[in-house]
Amino acid sequence: MHQLVRKSTAGTMESSDVFVELEPAGQIEIEIESVVYAQFGDAIENTVRDVLQKQGVTGARVRLHDRGALECVLRARVETAVRRGREER
Amino acid sequence: MKNGKLLSGIAEAVRASGLRDGMTVSFHHHLRNGDYVLNMVLEAAAQQGIRDLTVNASSLFDTHLPLLGHIENGVVTGIETDYMSGALGAHISRGALKKPVVFRSHGGRPHDIVRGASPIDVAFIAAPTSDPMGNCTGKTGPSACGSLGYAFADALHAKTVVVVTDNLVPYPLQDWSIDETHVDYVVKVDQIGDPAGIVSGTTKITRDPVGLVMADTAARVIAASGLLKEGFSFQTGAGGASLAAARYLKDIMLREKIRGSFGLGGITGYMVDMLNEGCFETLLDVQCFDLKAVQSIRENPRHREISAMHYASPGARSAVVDSLDVVILGATEIDLDFNVNVHTDSQGRIMGGSGGHSDTAAGAKLAMIIAPLSRARLPIVTEHVTCVSTPGETIDVLVTQKGVAVNPRQKELAQRLRDAGLPVCGIDELKARAEAMTGVPRPIARGDRPVAEVLYRDGSHLDTIYNTL
Repeated sequence: MHQLVRKSTAGTMESSDVFVELEPAGQIEIEIESVVYAQFGDAIENTVRDVLQKQGVTGARVRLHDRGALECVLRARVETAVRRGREER
Repeated sequence: MKNGKLLSGIAEAVRASGLRDGMTVSFHHHLRNGDYVLNMVLEAAAQQGIRDLTVNASSLFDTHLPLLGHIENGVVTGIETDYMSGALGAHISRGALKKPVVFRSHGGRPHDIVRGASPIDVAFIAAPTSDPMGNCTGKTGPSACGSLGYAFADALHAKTVVVVTDNLVPYPLQDWSIDETHVDYVVKVDQIGDPAGIVSGTTKITRDPVGLVMADTAARVIAASGLLKEGFSFQTGAGGASLAAARYLKDIMLREKIRGSFGLGGITGYMVDMLNEGCFETLLDVQCFDLKAVQSIRENPRHREISAMHYASPGARSAVVDSLDVVILGATEIDLDFNVNVHTDSQGRIMGGSGGHSDTAAGAKLAMIIAPLSRARLPIVTEHVTCVSTPGETIDVLVTQKGVAVNPRQKELAQRLRDAGLPVCGIDELKARAEAMTGVPRPIARGDRPVAEVLYRDGSHLDTIYNTL
């Protein structure tokens, strides 16, 4: 599995979506800003860690701007950002 | 001839009104987010060194954010209202005001004013047109807002009444709403409000497919309820899905040639269309939401202005809500006992209020909540609502895009809906379905300082809203 080679993004700032920013880093660092942080902060972080692990990414700085995305949406957006971050130009 | 009602400006009016420390000053909200009058009056009061005022406004909007400065400076120390929009609500929720806000309903407010439980010292009544003696109306003028329904209780019962207008016409104004017998002073100002914020150009029907499914189901529920027949009466909100439901309902009424009796409420252009196409004999209008409604109330004698007492007061000998068949209402949350929250969001922040929610729910034969299963990952159905705005025993049915939950008290209604092939299920099933998609939200932590007290329409205590952390 390839590690990230460049910055990437996925998603939107629309309600019920999430905007994911990803960049290569030495380890996993996750920053979450969410309208449902009080209710789902931990769940969101666990989901992000799970997707990164499944994708074999061991180093990434992740920034989430969450507008209340369902878990399936969050998984899809993070996975897409990872794939984009791996592509060579 | 009695003269001298006409004053030259707001500052002079505040002085003439006798406004002093500790008094209660009132405003109506027909100019909505375009209102200038509340800010002008409080600014003048502040400049004259008046302190410790209670502001009683039928609703407050984000255009009234200067209130926060007056609270900080001690000019305003109390707020009583029926509704408060989000930006102001967020500050109040963090504890900006020491004394808890008093929330009433649109029916409870005039009830308490009339019976003296909520006395008003000075009412400042924004009037889009007035003559020099204070005969005034909202139907005409550059800042026309249509109905002045929420201002009547203030005009009739405040100790001193000041009409503030930007369109002074020669005596006598012919088509008045509030007459001169109640008015102490009249003030002419350049502008009472920003027309763009007073009424929407057009209120739009939703195009969101989830909203349309809910609206279609809502119309079918009404059709199956047994109430949709000759003489039918109806109120709906201005929200996208509620309007869409009204449109589907109109299709059914026209197709089946059902002639209703009256449409009630905050009136939009869609209700005007229903009047003009023969769905209703009359519109009873406590507040206009858009330009088409304003034009209609001005020109069509079958479109009548009503006072807030006539609309919804539980103390009136009777009010229109008591004759209402069906009302469609929204919710930020609804719980397993059908209690509804429209005061706060799911974080516990104030972002609304009853308006006529609990009044129409209590009066209508069928009180329907229409809401999606979840919004931004938060299920609509909760174990307990963050704030009880409308008691569950007055709510009959919840319509979502995935199913219809009927209050267990309404067994006959549930059977009628099942017979009509509607997807009836338990409210707990809707909660479970939402949580299967969203996950179970962690309960939010709240402070222990009351920031608002919610009164039911009869004046009894309904709930307390605590500060956000």
